[in-house]
Amino acid sequence: MTTGTETRVTTQVYRVYIKALPQAIWDAITKREWTERYGYAAPVEYDLRPGGRFRAFSTDAMKAAREQMGGPPAPDVIGDGEVLELDPPRRLVQTWRMLMDPETAAEGFTRLTYEIADTGHGVTKLTVTHELEGAPRLASFLSGAMEDVGAGGGWSWTLSDLKSLLETGSSFHDA
Amino acid sequence: MTDDDRVFKALADPTRRLLLDRLFERDGRTLTELESGLEMTRFGVMKHLRVLEDADLVVTRRSGREKLHFLNPVPIRLIHDRWIDKYRERQVSALADLKHELEQEDTA
Repeated sequence: MTTGTETRVTTQVYRVYIKALPQAIWDAITKREWTERYGYAAPVEYDLRPGGRFRAFSTDAMKAAREQMGGPPAPDVIGDGEVLELDPPRRLVQTWRMLMDPETAAEGFTRLTYEIADTGHGVTKLTVTHELEGAPRLASFLSGAMEDVGAGGGWSWTLSDLKSLLETGSSFHDA
Repeated sequence: MTDDDRVFKALADPTRRLLLDRLFERDGRTLTELESGLEMTRFGVMKHLRVLEDADLVVTRRSGREKLHFLNPVPIRLIHDRWIDKYRERQVSALADLKHELEQEDTA
């Protein structure tokens, strides 16, 4: 088996169509007042220029859940990375590392690409490509395989919730 | 057809479910890899993949000269979140009502 084959196995691709403008989706990804309202609800901080820093922070709910599970306390910064390319509101490429626990932190930086394409008729196509070479634990978490142990449903859960938030104004958090 | 209709139609075929299972086991495969071991022409497999792509259950990406197929679980998740959770909630609330009823009787 060639290295190329191994590499492609570790990439995850997710796509969702959302009745919203590309700018609304861009904002929902990059602005904390939006990221706090869907999926893992982690507030984010983006310095939106090439080389700019990205950070995601833990919430009180995450810290409480972590305490309940008896794990080590959740750190204040749960994810970080660097903006590599950006073309608002169409494309964002960044590195992404999860710092939630020492094992995922040790897997290091992965590459995450958001592509936002207007399809006309007020519907926007959002494609998330996450290159997870050398990060099997993070890959498992993001695929939703750890949902039963309280780790959330990963990307498909997050994107389903994002769609629900932008189309109906409410998400799982409001339920 | 609505998005949900396309997903249900795509899932209502054993070959297409098998193709999704193969991608679940190992994602990012070429057509050649996907058709191996299937008793079907390349054209037949392509037709099934087209239906899966139309339903967005499969997303393709170019990698050099190869076209790779990825399983996109989001449409199934959307059906899960909108339909299955709804019925589960109803069951849970029915049980909660029953508990409430029984406890009322106890105290009466």
